[in-house]
Parts: sequence; C-alpha cells; structure tokens
Amino acid sequence: MTGNGAAPLLRGIHLTRLFGHGPGAVRAVDDVSLELRRGEIASVVGESGSGKSTLARLILRLLEPTSGQLFFRGEDVTRLRGYARRKAYWTHVQAVFQDPFGSFNQFFPVRYVLRSALRLEQHALSASERDRRMAGALESVGLDPGSVLDQLPHELSGGQRQRVMIARAVMVQPELLIADEPTTMIDASSRANILNVLLDLNREHELTILFITHDISLATYVSDTLFIMKEGELVERGDVARVTGDPRHAYTRQLFADTFSLHGRPWQPTAEGSEL
Amino acid sequence: MTDLLVAEDLRAYYRHGLSGWIRAVDGVSLTLREGEILGVAGESGCGKSTLAMVLASIARWPLCVKGGRLEVAGQEVPIRSGAATDTQHRGTVVSLMPQGAMNSLNPTQRVRDFVFDVLRSHDPGTTRTATAERARERLDRLHLPARVLDAYPHQLSGGMKQRVVAVISTLLDPRVLIADEPTSALDVSAQRALLALMAQLLEQGIIGGIVLVTHELPILRNVADRTMIMYAGQVSEVGPTEKVIFEPAHPYTQALMAATLVLESATKRQRIEGLEGAPPDLSQPPTGCRFHPRCRYATEACAEAFPPTLHPGPDHDAACWWLAQHLGAPQPELGARAVEP
Repeated sequence: MTGNGAAPLLRGIHLTRLFGHGPGAVRAVDDVSLELRRGEIASVVGESGSGKSTLARLILRLLEPTSGQLFFRGEDVTRLRGYARRKAYWTHVQAVFQDPFGSFNQFFPVRYVLRSALRLEQHALSASERDRRMAGALESVGLDPGSVLDQLPHELSGGQRQRVMIARAVMVQPELLIADEPTTMIDASSRANILNVLLDLNREHELTILFITHDISLATYVSDTLFIMKEGELVERGDVARVTGDPRHAYTRQLFADTFSLHGRPWQPTAEGSEL
Repeated sequence: MTDLLVAEDLRAYYRHGLSGWIRAVDGVSLTLREGEILGVAGESGCGKSTLAMVLASIARWPLCVKGGRLEVAGQEVPIRSGAATDTQHRGTVVSLMPQGAMNSLNPTQRVRDFVFDVLRSHDPGTTRTATAERARERLDRLHLPARVLDAYPHQLSGGMKQRVVAVISTLLDPRVLIADEPTSALDVSAQRALLALMAQLLEQGIIGGIVLVTHELPILRNVADRTMIMYAGQVSEVGPTEKVIFEPAHPYTQALMAATLVLESATKRQRIEGLEGAPPDLSQPPTGCRFHPRCRYATEACAEAFPPTLHPGPDHDAACWWLAQHLGAPQPELGARAVEP
C-alpha cells in the first residue's frame, strides 16, 4: 500500500447526480467527495435507496454526473466522449455486480463471456495469448479452466458464477475493481470464499477495490476504509477501526445496532414494541 | 406445548429429463410446535426452499411429492401430487411468504386491488374499505406509507415489494407461516422490522407458528427457538438454536458455522475459510451419509449406510456416524471451532 503522500488512484470531487427535473428531482448522489489510494480496500455502506449504486455507476462512467469532477490517476475522466475513450477507461476500472445469474448469456459457455471481455484490449490478441489469459484468470479465482471454460452458466453454482464474473473483471488487469453487492445472492457458506478471492487479488496484485454494500459486517471484514452513505450523502468516513470503535454519526450507530450479531445478548423483538 | 405441524418422511423430487429425479427433499421429518419459530438453514441447493413449498402445499410439476405425511393443526393434509387441496387451506391454515417478491405481485394490478382479490377469495363478504384498512395497519408496522396501496409493483423498490408480499402473506392470519428467505432482499433496518412483525404476530397468537428458511445464521440465532440444518435434501441436525449454533454436533453444522462471517470488532481480516467443495448432484446422491465426500471425519462406514440419528442433548438430534462413535467419549474437536467469541 502506498503512503498518504502519493497521489490518489481515484478522486471524486463534489459528485452530484440528479434524476428527474425541477423541484421533484431526486438527488441520488449529493455532493460526494472521496479518494481511493492505490491498493486500498474501501466500502460504501448504505441502505436501499441511499445512492450507493448510483455512485458506483458514476465511478464506472456508466452514468454522467450532473455536476462535480472525477479524476483517475490524476487525469480528468468526468467527461469521456465517445465509446473508444470509455472503453480505454474500462481497461483500468472494472466491476462485479450483484446478480451472477443476470450477468450471463445463458446460451453461451463461460469461454464466450471471457473472450468478449478481452475485446476491451487495445490491440488484438493472438488465440494462444487469449487462452493463456483466460486460464490464468480462472486459476486466480480458484476455478479449473479445463472444466469450467466449456460449461454453460446453468451448470455452475451461484458461487462459481460469481467467481467467473470476478475472473472476467480481473482478466483485463484493472487497477480498480468496483464490487457492487458481490455476495448478496451467494449463500453464507460460499461468501467467505468469494471475499477471500478478492482479498488475495488485492494482496497479490495491489488491486484497489471499492465494495458497494448494505452489509456493514461484510464491509468491516474486508475494508481499510468505510464510507457511510445516507440519502445521497456521505455522512461518515474513516479508517475501519475508528468507525467500528467510535461511530460518530447517528446513522452509523443505527447500522451497527440493527445488524444481527451471532454473539452477545439475544434480540428481544417483542420488547421493541410499537417503535417498530 | 402441542405440535402445530408434523411432517414425516417427506419426499419431493423434481422430474429431470425423461426418467431421472432430483431428490431435493428426501426423507425429511420435522415438527413445529405451537408458538415457536423453527429455523431451517443450509447451503443453496440443500432443499430448504423445496421443503417450504411442500409444507405450504404449493408443489407443482416438475416438483412431485413422492411420499410422506403432513399434519397441520391436527388435520391431515393431502400432499401427494394430484391430491386436491382445500382452497381455504392455503392462506388461512398455511401461508407461504415467498422468496422472490419480484414475481409474486401482479404487475397489472395496484397493490390495493391485489390485496382485495386475495381476501375476497377467502371471505366473499369483505369490502374494499375493510381490506385496505387491514393492509394499511400491517404496512405501517413495516414502515411503509399507505400510498403503496395505490402503487403498481413497478413503482416500488425491491425492498418495498418484499415487505408488501410479507404483509399479504400474513393478512389472513394463517396458523402456520412458512417464510422462505423473507429477508434476503432487505437491508438491516427493514430486516429487523419484518422479523419484529413476525415475532409480534406470533406473540399475540395471530399466527400459531413459523418455519423460517434462511441461510443467515445471525438471524436464526436471534429469532429461532429451534434450528434445523439441512444438507443435500436431508436433515443433518436439529435442536435448540443456541446448541446448534454454538455447540454443533454434526460435522456439517460445524463447517457451516466456521464459514460464516460475523460482525464483531475482532472479525477484521481474521481470515474465515469458506466451505470446501460443492454440494452433491441430487440426481445421484452419494450413498450412505450424503455429507461424507466433504466431511473431514469421514470413514468407510460413512459411505456404506445411512447414519443413525443420535441425541447429543435434550431435544437435540444429529445424524452422523462419527458422532455415534464419539458421543459419550470426551469430544475435544467439538470445542475447537473458529467462531468462539
């Protein structure tokens, strides 16, 4: 991990995105400024409708911000005109999404999904280079390329599908990976496997990862830095130890309080009474 | 405590190809007692959602109920495929709170009209005002504004739809509620509100008992009285939730517990390993104990015959050969789990 003196990998300044017009417009992302250092793992935590996925789409340049600026490696990427320039950006910034079922074309094998991702490369790759890259990416997420490449999506479990999606993202060797609720649809016992794959990529390749999640326990497990988002605004940010040990915003405390814990005093649902 | 729901040796298979069967539920017996929440947990594909469908009498082709017996509130329920179900049974005696809220509402109907249709089919004399009033009160408990009654499903977020579905499935005050992953689309605050509503309905006696299917162990620990762990279509362990989670007897439960992420300040980067391997193909399940190919204690005996059910404690059952040898003897391995606080 680079020191604080180095220029941040990603910097958003006063990012704002409105949906709709006039007085009824929704401020999905409201004046959000954030920085990510190279090699850092950060999480944006918020409930449904907090604007966290909109923020992810702004950073991925899938959406135009209404105002504000976005810098990647010191370069202004706020307005990337044309598909070619955005395509070049996506070789550096990749994403893994929530639904490993919706991200596949069910009629094509894994090989097809991976090969289409390689089209992002600036120059054409030879067939052997392509195969080498695909096999390497699958191995890095703990899948056996020999059996997985020719399988159809329905032949894979949810956890395997999500690992293929991670392989697809890391195959283009990005510097920043946006993981938008990558484990929500994965069952609890495979969740740790998926997260470990991402943590290993971070350690071995200095991959910077931004998690987008509603699960503060997951964020605490993986992150160096937490950003707490509510109604479009970042209400609290800080080192994970500080935020967990001394949450300052009432909403952060609420998030911790609402999360079900495996240990500690059991919950008394009926005692909470009419407040719910 | 009386038994509200008794299931014996349920077997429900999915037709697969021309002659194959996927044995999603294969010999499951369980009881739900009056006033209790029974948690059902296990990996994806362990048959917990299929079990929920059988218990709620909504099994449809290609899912076929091949055998077993089901008794709800003292009444025998015909569950075999093709058997006619009393129309009043679903909704009032047993109700399913389904997992996919996205597909459970009618996209061309306002929530208000959908609610009216559901209630009218059980009580022809009901009025629109009465049903709307009843729905509004329940929606309010889940922090939903009354305006959702006038909305079409596409105007609601995923979490709102899930809560609307939760309200509709409990509106007829069923004796038994089968909730299949009701919280998976909700964020933590909405999860709490939904589980609190379920607990309140139970406490007030409006609902007699709840079978709660979920893979979130922290939720089970906080709301379920007893927990049943399923693996590959069968029950591996069932007992008081505290015992099953903190002193699991079955090697599968132990592995599942060790693979669960827990929010505690010490959890940060204390690496938790997920479960190795994948659940078996249920069209050709392993012989003997179905967990033996992934079990670290497996011996030859495990592959040969189905394990006996043992009683590691009061009201606590587990089916395991390894346990059969070690029960009664000192059990050092049982204490050494990764999840101790």
